[in-house]
Amino acid sequence: MIRTLLAATALCCTMPALAKTITIEAGANAQERLQEALILAEPGDVVELGAGKFELTDGLSLDVDKVTVRGAGMDKSILSFAGQLGAGEGLLVTSDDVILRDFAIEDSKGDGIKSKGADRIVYHALRVEWTGGPKATNGAYGIYPVEASDILVQDSVVRGASDAGIYVGQSKNIIVRRNTAIENVAGIEIENSFDAEVTENLVTKNTGGILVFDLPNLPQMGGHNVLVARNAIINNNTDNFAPEGNIVAGVPAGTGVMVMANRNVQVVENAIINNGTTNVMVVAYTQTFDDPNYDPTPREVYIAGNVHGESGFAPDFAGGNELAAAFGGALPAVVYDGLGEGLIVNDAVAVLNLGLTKVGQAPSEAKPSLYKQSGAGETVALSPIVLPASMEAALK
Amino acid sequence: MRTVLAAIAFCLVGFAVSAAPTRPVVDAVITAAGMPKKLSEFGFFKDSAGWQPNEGVELYQLNSALFTDYAEKYRYIYVPAGQQAVADGDGRLQFPVGSALIKSFGYKIDGKDRLLETRLLLHRADGWIALPYVWNAEQTEATLKVAGTRLPVRFTDPSGNERDISYAVPNKNQCKECHSLSNAVVPIGPKMRNLTHDTLDMLLSNAMLEQPSRDHPPIPDFGNTAMPLESRARAYLDINCAHCHNRQGSASNSGLFLTYEEESPVHLGVGKRPVAAGRGSGGFQFAIAPGQPDQSIMMHRLKSLEPGVAMPEVGRSLVHEEGAALLSEWIAAMD
Repeated sequence: MIRTLLAATALCCTMPALAKTITIEAGANAQERLQEALILAEPGDVVELGAGKFELTDGLSLDVDKVTVRGAGMDKSILSFAGQLGAGEGLLVTSDDVILRDFAIEDSKGDGIKSKGADRIVYHALRVEWTGGPKATNGAYGIYPVEASDILVQDSVVRGASDAGIYVGQSKNIIVRRNTAIENVAGIEIENSFDAEVTENLVTKNTGGILVFDLPNLPQMGGHNVLVARNAIINNNTDNFAPEGNIVAGVPAGTGVMVMANRNVQVVENAIINNGTTNVMVVAYTQTFDDPNYDPTPREVYIAGNVHGESGFAPDFAGGNELAAAFGGALPAVVYDGLGEGLIVNDAVAVLNLGLTKVGQAPSEAKPSLYKQSGAGETVALSPIVLPASMEAALK
Repeated sequence: MRTVLAAIAFCLVGFAVSAAPTRPVVDAVITAAGMPKKLSEFGFFKDSAGWQPNEGVELYQLNSALFTDYAEKYRYIYVPAGQQAVADGDGRLQFPVGSALIKSFGYKIDGKDRLLETRLLLHRADGWIALPYVWNAEQTEATLKVAGTRLPVRFTDPSGNERDISYAVPNKNQCKECHSLSNAVVPIGPKMRNLTHDTLDMLLSNAMLEQPSRDHPPIPDFGNTAMPLESRARAYLDINCAHCHNRQGSASNSGLFLTYEEESPVHLGVGKRPVAAGRGSGGFQFAIAPGQPDQSIMMHRLKSLEPGVAMPEVGRSLVHEEGAALLSEWIAAMD
């Protein structure tokens, strides 16, 4: 009996303190009150943001595992960084199993929300916005998870990012689902990442809609296994407003989907409509680089089952208009540089092959023709991305 | 025989006790869980104003130091009695549990030295913890501010310019952003190569540091123009940037690695294109464009005061003119 009691006592002692909800309201000294709550929160706690506008003076950060930050809705609980004096982003998360939901980040000076090394993070029903619309002085990324495994971004809205609205970098096992990316340079970008699904998003009025990139000289390279499916990628013709030097500054306005230096990318069952340069572009990395471990070419890219609207009517690159004229006034819906291998296009649209033969070749050396694929045009579907059950449960 | 041994053991214990008398620093406050509200609870200083270190708390100096808005910094090491720090293979000092690194920041204001904040790094059984304490106006006590704060400060910089700034005391998480290696909090400054000769002598003669098994060539004071330009610039980058810009640091994803040991030119920034710089690029193509400091993103970000562009991201609301001039000279001299 005594032993049972002791055992029971021991069990109680090892259980974590009861999870609690800490509510923070907007108002005076919001910076210190909210930041303090984010620091003193314990695993399991919920930091709840009241309705209203929080005027913040510095970046916020969260470094405690298993914390939920929850607002009253993406148009109700607003973290405004218009008066921000320091830090590289609005909110930085560096801990695991964090859930962010139902609030907004406005006008941060750098990125909106960055999570680094934060595994199993859920971004749900958030709004990250630069309220002045597209401007080069806006921050780079809206929602920015990097160097992590298991990432879910869902039902969120991102507007005005001067690089990518939703950017997932150097990560693994990723779902970006049912978001709206509007008036960013890149709507959604998956970069140097493995095993990602980008599905059911509305991607519109960006410079480029959805980008799947790989870049050299980074800790994680060799991007592969990316599914881009069932998205509406419409009217992405905003002039490129990215600051020079950034890779997206080279994305032509009017690009629907762009696949660069990746392997096993499947672009299927999307509605890709009214993108002035082209609906889908498949290319190699074009800039000089010094990295023996980097493959700059696109490999095994599969394009099928998409609905194509008008495209190619306003190509935004040197020589584009001449090329369009040669093809009857508009560029084909799919443009391929001719590098790499294994491109399959089963959509009933013309595919332009620029006929480049080596990486980094000048566009003036292109030998444009219509692409003829070899083989049966079949591929193996990518395995569905499965996230830990706790992440999907967090959406309920 | 056993009795004799026991007697000797007893004597040794007695000796150990008498050799390590109780110190005024409260070891239990350093090692216990929790976050003490007042700096005075630790007993690091004899005076309530935080200028006179107590027994066992030793002032130390670095060869090259991080720029923090021209603040004066006062650094102290505390190692529990009878214990020692050990230099590891990389020359990083590994401190015993119960050690503390104490760093006070202040300015000479109206002719008087005043402290703004004192940051602590405490080594506990479960790792290091970083805590910021802010001094009151009376300079009689410093109070924990886990969320950091901003303090208006007016002072005269080394060139005689009046400066009026919003000084940022970092929050606990920001402490970790810089003091992070593979997501664990670690000290930055106390490495063999970065401790001054006098500091090393002091630590060894006080038996706070075990005699290292090998030499660790020092990095220069970046302000010492008698030293080669290359090593001065690399020392500056190492102490001002490399705590984040290394392969295990907060900026690991950037691919820009600025440690003193880095050998790859592209990872140092030469001809390296930005990854996630955004408007931080300033419209330039490369972190370092050799021979062209004015075309280099590194210089653009060092000279900027805009949040989202300025580097380092925290702890700087002024341009470090001397540091920028040094790096500019270094890049200009590159082929």
